[in-house]
Amino acid sequence: MKPDEPPAPHALLNADELETPPLTIAQLTWRRFRRHKMALFGATMLFLLVLYAFAGTIFFSEAYANKTDTKARLQPPSAAHPFGTDTVGRDILARTIYGGQISIIIGLTAMLVETIVGVVIGALSGYYGGKLDSLLMRVTEAIIVIPQIFLLLVMAKYFGGKVPNITLLGRTFSGSVVVIIMIIGLTSWPYLARIVRAEFLSLKENEFILAARAIGTPTHEIILRHILPNSIAPIIVAATLGVASAITTEAYISFLGLGVRPPTATWGNMLEGAYNYIENAYWLWVFPGFLIAITVLSINFLGDGLRDALDPHSRAI
Amino acid sequence: MNPLLQVRNLITRFHTPEGTVYAVNGISLHVNEGETLAIVGESGCGKSVTMLSILRLIPIPPGEIVAGEAILHDRDLLKMKDAELENIRGKEVSMVFQDPMTSLNPVLTIGRQISESLRVHLGMEADMAKRRTIELLEQVGISDAEHRLGDYPHQFSGGMRQRVMIAMALACAPSLLIADEPTTALDVTIQAQIMELVIQLRQQLGMAIIWITHDLGVVAGIAHRVIVMYAGFIVEEALVEDLYENPKHPYTASLLAALPRVDRRRDRRLKSIPGAPPSLLVEPKACPFSLRCEFALEQCAGENPPLEQISPTRKLACWVDISTGKAR
Repeated sequence: MKPDEPPAPHALLNADELETPPLTIAQLTWRRFRRHKMALFGATMLFLLVLYAFAGTIFFSEAYANKTDTKARLQPPSAAHPFGTDTVGRDILARTIYGGQISIIIGLTAMLVETIVGVVIGALSGYYGGKLDSLLMRVTEAIIVIPQIFLLLVMAKYFGGKVPNITLLGRTFSGSVVVIIMIIGLTSWPYLARIVRAEFLSLKENEFILAARAIGTPTHEIILRHILPNSIAPIIVAATLGVASAITTEAYISFLGLGVRPPTATWGNMLEGAYNYIENAYWLWVFPGFLIAITVLSINFLGDGLRDALDPHSRAI
Repeated sequence: MNPLLQVRNLITRFHTPEGTVYAVNGISLHVNEGETLAIVGESGCGKSVTMLSILRLIPIPPGEIVAGEAILHDRDLLKMKDAELENIRGKEVSMVFQDPMTSLNPVLTIGRQISESLRVHLGMEADMAKRRTIELLEQVGISDAEHRLGDYPHQFSGGMRQRVMIAMALACAPSLLIADEPTTALDVTIQAQIMELVIQLRQQLGMAIIWITHDLGVVAGIAHRVIVMYAGFIVEEALVEDLYENPKHPYTASLLAALPRVDRRRDRRLKSIPGAPPSLLVEPKACPFSLRCEFALEQCAGENPPLEQISPTRKLACWVDISTGKAR
């Protein structure tokens, strides 16, 4: 070969460039999620809402949010009170911030309770089948056939006021917050349990489960490390939507006066006092109402996006 | 010499809505240390169910192991506690399955899946298990093993996945490997590679192998001894050369006659066996092959022949001597 001759075309290609590493599951999921514009909108809105509820505390103290001032009752939005004041003169802007924290915490922790109970019951039911499955599914159905609102109200009434206040992260939460979290969590798991059971029923028949058992993998590892990771996508989606439903559920129990007790604010119990002023003082319900609506909407968009992104059968790449 | 595994009178049934399936009807077999035993038979003849029953991997219910024993190192696998059996599976007896495309968990990396039995059985720490996993992958012929640990099964081809399955099965150096049609789902060249790999590993590790297949060509290439199964029964057992040269059971003879051979005239059609295998839903009373058998005598329809030792290395379950066509 003459020295000034250009190298053969293939010599220019670097082996590393030829073979780009395959995308990981997380990368593929992100690529699909990114295409879902509404889900991106939902995720952005949620980020802003969390920022609002948690960074807002820099500007207002909790004492301010709970401070009543009878001379300043029912004031419309103004420079001093941008969102106006409520029936006992509390600043609505400050209350939506602290109420938002409680609503978001209730949404997330109630979802956590729901997910843990739902996954445990669904997994045991689906994996073992037989008598245990029949028993657990009858319990699940028993909870489904009782209208949730009725169950919630009875439980809220029964347990309300029995739990002492708790202090966490430098804040004192009304004991009613814990009660609400538990009753929402403990009444909403049947739906998730059924999803998990169905997933387990089909996944446990897979050959790779037989192969795992054939090399002596113990049962708890089969359930936790082989089947559960395969059913994580529908669980994530159901859990996401569970947050939205927990926030609305809290709102309507609180609206009916059985939820979180004042002075602890939530978006739901702020609406309670607004009921009598729908025409005269729109600011009482517009702000918390809008925040609930936008949060639930955003979570639902996010859930939709996650469902499409995590679904292995999805065609979008 | 005591055999490594001794199975006696194994009976497995499945209770389905259509009725009881008589899948395995009194199988007795043994495998010696370091020996390769092939079990051949057509689909649904109970080859896999026999092996799954020995490791108690059949779903119960609907399955039921009605009777039998499977003695490994003086202990009966069919009677021990689940936890004890979990200790034996993968450590002393391992299994490789037919379809490598579905036998690996799609959401776990192959490194995780191979190191699983090292962790479970030998209690290895993460970094030690990782080193051993790399060794295993190299042993089964996967290049660049260190970088492939973090890959997922979908990044491997069928033949590579079967190599991974073999690495998983051999991780704890078991004394017996049960291979349930491990080459059936692969194309012929890959099939040859996998067989070569197993033969080479057998020499290195000195393990016994039970190789289940319906491919008589594969049997000739790998086995020392062959068991022929039909409708849940063993019909013939022989050393591999004896079986090919001189089949004694009409079913074995028909199977060999149905096989294309390079040393036979090619202008003739292959001889097929008339009829279909019997329904396993009917409790077998007569010889299960009698309806399709060209040598069938009157007594064949009346009583099922027992599996008899006819020479030191040979067993047969047939009333007829096929060289004469008369009763034995």
